[in-house]
Amino acid sequence: MARLLILGAGVAGHTAASFAQRWLGKKHEVVVVSPNSMYNWIPSNIWVGVGRMKPEKVVVELAPIYRKAGIDFRQARCLSIHPEGGESGGQPYVTVECTDPARRGEREEIAYDYLVNATGPKLNFGATEGLGPEGNSLSVCTYGHAEAAARAFEESIQRMERGEHQEIVIGTGHGMCTCQGAAFEYLFNVEQELRRRGVRDKATLHWLSNEYEAGDFGMGGMHLKRGGYVTHSKVFTESLLAERGVNWHLRAHTTAVEPHKVHYETLDGENHELPFDFTMLIPPFAGVGLQAYDRKGAEITERLFNPGGFMWVDGDYQAKPFEQWEASDWPRTYQNPHYPNIFAAGIAFAPPHPVSKPMKSVNGTPIFPTPPRTGMPSAMIGKAVVASIRDMLNRGATEPTHTASMAEMGAACVASAGTGLFNGTAASMTVYPIVPDFKKYPEYGRDLNLTFGELGLAGHWIKYILHVMFLYKARQRFGWSMIPE
Amino acid sequence: MTNPKPYEQGYFPPVPTSATRFWRTNLLWQVWRLLRINMKMVRVIRASHR
Ligand SMILES: Cc1cc2nc3c(=O)[nH]c(=O)nc-3n(C[C@H](O)[C@H](O)[C@H](O)COP(=O)(O)OP(=O)(O)OC[C@H]3O[C@@H](n4cnc5c(N)ncnc54)[C@H](O)[C@@H]3O)c2cc1C
Repeated sequence: MARLLILGAGVAGHTAASFAQRWLGKKHEVVVVSPNSMYNWIPSNIWVGVGRMKPEKVVVELAPIYRKAGIDFRQARCLSIHPEGGESGGQPYVTVECTDPARRGEREEIAYDYLVNATGPKLNFGATEGLGPEGNSLSVCTYGHAEAAARAFEESIQRMERGEHQEIVIGTGHGMCTCQGAAFEYLFNVEQELRRRGVRDKATLHWLSNEYEAGDFGMGGMHLKRGGYVTHSKVFTESLLAERGVNWHLRAHTTAVEPHKVHYETLDGENHELPFDFTMLIPPFAGVGLQAYDRKGAEITERLFNPGGFMWVDGDYQAKPFEQWEASDWPRTYQNPHYPNIFAAGIAFAPPHPVSKPMKSVNGTPIFPTPPRTGMPSAMIGKAVVASIRDMLNRGATEPTHTASMAEMGAACVASAGTGLFNGTAASMTVYPIVPDFKKYPEYGRDLNLTFGELGLAGHWIKYILHVMFLYKARQRFGWSMIPE
Repeated sequence: MTNPKPYEQGYFPPVPTSATRFWRTNLLWQVWRLLRINMKMVRVIRASHR
């Protein structure tokens, strides 16, 4: 009997654990380590952040699900990986620190035969002075952050109801952020909520982003066939900003957030300020900072992780200029090159390079979106990794048997532009592939028959259906495995 | 909200006409779009799971 240890119970880790138990559970042991007792369906945090959904509606308690499924759940934070075991050899193991209230702070070692690192991002608020809920800006990246944002938003609305004017800044809190889509959704949900409450005329809204052009979203944007033209997403994005009366500030690296002022530098080297009364800025992501040690106890973190804390897998990490990037640079199996029993899934893996073109300001500050890190690929990678491990354990495969390259898969994404059963809207988008492949699709890097986008009420319904469906799946209710990632 | 003035940022992008805005929330049309969008998404999901 082998032990598969999964670090993290988010989109990638929970998907991996669910399939692992289904495929391996009878013969092998599945252990999940995660510091939070809850699974959070993060996309719906946007609605929590405008007060239109209660935080309880976007979370599911993990322990009962795992107990029922026969998965060993340890509520703990992994600190280090020891892929060669201890001094006397033996099994590889990880060290963890308990976070469950009964055993908080206790440390233990957990041995493994196969390890999946699905620890997601560290929300790196520290990268920008004053950024984040402990500083001077809000966030919707966790349900707790979103709840706090909703409270601040309500206060801001009440001020408007008393006749005060409010400046609202929403966007990215650093020059190297990803997840622009989440901030973009929040912007339009805020805007719609202001209209619903009858105070839209009391607010000036600003979109602040590190994108070179609006609609980049860390994917270099996308081209769509629409109205007899092939059009870049910049056009649709600016159209929505103009329609909703939002000012936009692009190519921006947020340098500091003071209590009522955001400072940012733009690619042309200029420094700017934006005063605000309410601001939600997405932080840049880093890896969660796991350490690694060899059997003698010497640190080998750089063998497992890149300097940003993301795990090396089977990507082509050779530094090369944008013009030489290829789809084949992107990892396919997510196996660590040094330790074949270690895999990474979701945000935890190290991408070979961004998708958007790297840019530097005249002062040398990098200002460009880092690679997109969305839910569908995270879940698909989690599933593919576990399928490979299943074949290695049960069928004696010596190499991973399943692949999930972001340059070979598409993504379906629904970006909310406002909630409401009859007046909500969302942009429904598909891209194929996520990472453009200019060898296969020389013109735009993507298949234009599978890449499309449209704004409307149907998108809102889909977003809500996804919310219900993915929480149903997370609870492992009847037929969950039939729901695609 | 007031319309953007000439040469302001919001003056240049295309904005939807009232007809476009109407169809975005027209129930019958959107039920149809729901089906079409779902079909598109299923095609992408199928292509990704190949
Ligand atoms: C506000 C917001 C809205 C979004 N909306 C969308 C959307 O509409 N569509 C979409 O596709 N994507 C969306 N995303 C992105 C999506 O949420 C991520 O792609 C996805 O959550 C990544 O999955 P993951 O498993 O890699 O990381 P996560 O889901 O963040 O999971 C990481 C897990 O690891 C655990 N962990 C952390 N540290 C440790 C440790 N040391 N040891 C053990 N476990 C640890 C965490 O507790 C968590 O359980 C959104 C993101 C945000 C922030």
